[in-house]
Amino acid sequence: MSDSSSTVDAASSPVVAVRDVQFSLAGRPVFQGLDVQARRGAITAIMGPSGTGKTTLLRLITGQIEPAAGSVTVFGESLATQDRDARYAMRRRMGMLFQNGALLTDLTVFENVAFPVRAHARLPESVLRQLVLTKLQAVGLRGAADLMPAQLSGGMARRVALARAIVMDPELLIYDEPFVGLDPISMGVIVRLIGRIHRALGITTIVVSHDVAELAALADHSYLLSGGKVVAAGTPAELAASAQPAVRQFMAGEADGPVAFHYPADDYRAQLLGGRR
Amino acid sequence: MIVAALRRVGAVALFLVRILAQCPAALAKPRAIVHQIHNCGARSLIIIMLSGLFVGMVLGLQGYDLLQRFGSESALGVAAALGLLKELGPVVTALLFAGRAGTALASEIGLMRATDQLTAMEMMAVDPVRHVIAPRLLGGIVALPLLVAIFDVIGLFGAQLVGVGMMGVDAGAFWSQMQAAVELRDVAEGLTKSLCFGVACSLVAVYEGFHAEPTAEGVGLATTRTVVVSSVLTLLIDYLLTAAFLAR
Ligand SMILES: Nc1ncnc2c1ncn2[C@@H]1O[C@H](COP(=O)(O)OP(=O)(O)O)[C@@H](O)[C@H]1O
Ligand SMILES: [Mg+2]
Repeated sequence: MSDSSSTVDAASSPVVAVRDVQFSLAGRPVFQGLDVQARRGAITAIMGPSGTGKTTLLRLITGQIEPAAGSVTVFGESLATQDRDARYAMRRRMGMLFQNGALLTDLTVFENVAFPVRAHARLPESVLRQLVLTKLQAVGLRGAADLMPAQLSGGMARRVALARAIVMDPELLIYDEPFVGLDPISMGVIVRLIGRIHRALGITTIVVSHDVAELAALADHSYLLSGGKVVAAGTPAELAASAQPAVRQFMAGEADGPVAFHYPADDYRAQLLGGRR
Repeated sequence: MIVAALRRVGAVALFLVRILAQCPAALAKPRAIVHQIHNCGARSLIIIMLSGLFVGMVLGLQGYDLLQRFGSESALGVAAALGLLKELGPVVTALLFAGRAGTALASEIGLMRATDQLTAMEMMAVDPVRHVIAPRLLGGIVALPLLVAIFDVIGLFGAQLVGVGMMGVDAGAFWSQMQAAVELRDVAEGLTKSLCFGVACSLVAVYEGFHAEPTAEGVGLATTRTVVVSSVLTLLIDYLLTAAFLAR
């Protein structure tokens, strides 16, 4: 744990530190005192049922939205005091993989991966070509360089997006639900890619997902979010062994438990017999 | 209601300022702008040409009917030219532009919003206003006056077709009176209107697309609003500019 003084050791301080964050969307509280950290060089998993605010947390970390209270610190810098240039400089040090890839639909696969490079660096075309093809080769899609995003399957699109996310050699790589909607083969491919890229680049990785099994194989440290808070944290093994009912329900995929199967409703019998809608 | 409308006007104005701040950077990449001119210009070309022809032919008929009551059919050329240059050319083109290119722009940008493409750009430290919005706004502003010019020319041809070809107005009188009576300030009025409509229609389209709710309904709503708002705005601006030009 680091404090906010400037004497923290850079190597041991967390790359991302979310402290006591409060945040509401459309009047509904999403986070009430959230604490999450991502250690340097580790894979941090953030788990939780759909709608708990995992994507919202990523938006807080990347400075797209601001917390109502609490602090978010990335690369040792508080986001609250950042101006736009500082925020863009910070984002150039991170890569993000969106749930659906978010490839630019009017550009080819090659140009999609080249996009951040063209925007930020003046490279000779031959060097750029080499760089982009290397990254496409890393995700196994060098052969797809001339395709348009519409011609790709879901798994391929996500791999292209991954190539685009690493083309600027980020220090922090963030994945939002990388396993959703993939067939088992593509899923295995993505799981292995996340681990391989993590080790090869020696970066810090945050993976947001609700796929317990996939994350258990990957993560060094996991958080389980529910109801706007961290309900459990630890290594995947620790979470799996947890006796807490909320953790057990999520890890084992049980329908009912602390997270109720039924949406809050009036009494069932009374409603059926009373003839009200 | 009024407060909400004013707040909206303010939001659009702020958005315009934000785009203008990025225009120098966008102008440094003229190819993107040319691409957008082609995009909204070529998309609207066919309907603009067809509509121009029909509007011109109607002008020929109605103008002839009106003028022959005063025995001055030979002024048909002047009437058609002034009607097209000052009024029908810019207004009808802008309305068609809003329906064709404006909706395409709004839904394209709205879809980019809904599929996280704009957020992805933000995350790559690329300003989507500079990369996506500014070239589209500039492209639209250039394209509309060009389309108006095409509309005017084809409209005149249509009026001539009906007036001279069918109604028997003297071709020499048709063209020479037009040449004598139409002044530079008439052309200036049409051009001013075209430019203003270009700014209004393109701005409304990119604003609605950029601020669309990131859902399928959100994109649909943005598209619909683009047509409604730009059409009403076009007619309002038309009245204001007409009054301003007459007062001079
Ligand atoms: N723009 C928005 N306006 C209002 N509520 C929202 C908005 N976006 C998301 N939410 C709500 O915030 C909660 C968290 O959403 P999200 O972060 O996307 O969850 P997750 O990624 O964990 O599935 C959800 O309950 C969702 O309904
Ligand atoms: Mg999500």
